[in-house]
Amino acid sequence: MAKTKDILLDPLSDNNPITIQILGICSALAVTVKMETSAVMCIALTVVVMLSNFTMSLLRNITPGRIRMIVEMAVIASLVIVADQFLRAYLFDVSRQLSVFVGLIITNCIVMGRAEAFAMQNPPVPALLDGLGNGMGYSAVLLTVASIREVLGSGTWFGYHVMPAGYQGNGLALLAPGAFIIIGLLIWAQRTIIKKFEAD
Amino acid sequence: MRKDDIRVIVFAAVVCLICSLVLSATAQLLKDKQDEQVELDRKLNVLKAFGVSVVHEDGRKLSKPEVDQYFTDHISEVFISKQTGEIVDSPDTSIIKKEQKERTHERRTLLPLYVWTDDGIPTKYAFPTSGMGLWSIVHGYLAIDRDLATIIGVTFYKHGETPGLGGEVSTDWFQNQFAGKKIFRDGGLQRIEVVKGSAPEGSDHQVDGMSGATMTGNGLNTFINRDLSYYEKYFSRIRGI
Repeated sequence: MAKTKDILLDPLSDNNPITIQILGICSALAVTVKMETSAVMCIALTVVVMLSNFTMSLLRNITPGRIRMIVEMAVIASLVIVADQFLRAYLFDVSRQLSVFVGLIITNCIVMGRAEAFAMQNPPVPALLDGLGNGMGYSAVLLTVASIREVLGSGTWFGYHVMPAGYQGNGLALLAPGAFIIIGLLIWAQRTIIKKFEAD
Repeated sequence: MRKDDIRVIVFAAVVCLICSLVLSATAQLLKDKQDEQVELDRKLNVLKAFGVSVVHEDGRKLSKPEVDQYFTDHISEVFISKQTGEIVDSPDTSIIKKEQKERTHERRTLLPLYVWTDDGIPTKYAFPTSGMGLWSIVHGYLAIDRDLATIIGVTFYKHGETPGLGGEVSTDWFQNQFAGKKIFRDGGLQRIEVVKGSAPEGSDHQVDGMSGATMTGNGLNTFINRDLSYYEKYFSRIRGI
């Protein structure tokens, strides 16, 4: 079994869900206009992937193999709806800005992927940590993209002005194509640094 | 049926049962808090339509006590009869309650109207306006000035349109266009129109459409003008007094 440290830190760089496995791109493009929405999305996803990993790991020995994926979907969908309900009650404005993307955590490949790839073969505590690790890996990329987009696009960071007065926001950074370019550059940069290349 | 099949069905049923219990418990637990947020948001939108700045300079939204203060100081809610256009002095609360469940004015008999008063003198009027967009009922408020002809502001706060396309109805750039448009000209109602593409420069009744969302715009055109004609029955009574 992998060591705890590896479980936690591997997804941050060498096995990052976004830049290496290219999962969860949809929300990474959609919610990264501002730090605030991105941070809330990261927390929501991390909580969901931790709890779903934990639950699936508890159920791993009693879940019939034939309906394994359906059970995973039911658990994940329930957790996502619970998270969405909490956001609506306590973070109304952010939840409105995130609109459908909280619900779309259900289809986020990271959550299902970790349940299938890790939680079904490992005990609950490592599964929980694996969820945390992947949540952080996802968050690291999302927050980086959001920082670049918000600073370049609006001249603010978490809503605070960071650029000199009179800074003209770069509109491209605020649009989805801008996010696409930034994520592309990040993937390139990271893969160059850790020297990971796809085989031809 | 094999023994294994029964186990699968029982397991699936138990998982479903537990999931649904967790969901209903959460929904029940958070309902009050959510309703409170929705109600606050609704009131904020009434204020926004009236042209009140709903965010502080530091970007913080008005708090619940601040919103309620505006409502007690300036805003009173009255009901007008859709039939006659007269203010109903003591409206039947059971009818109001029943009609609140309606999502548009079409099947209501009593129409709610918010009157903004300064020192007891009515200066602005706002009313809810709602109707079908492309996928969903769009809910909003429209406020007009004391001249009963000029729009002060429009807000759309609840809808299920496509984010990025018809969902743009809830953005400031779209809503701000309505301020200053004329609903009344030369002795009659003037149609407010969301056009496809850009509105002609200087038009006093047309606004730019949302790209990729012509159908949502058409929906707005239908219900805004329909609701304006309902309320015109009342406005025509007080116009010129």
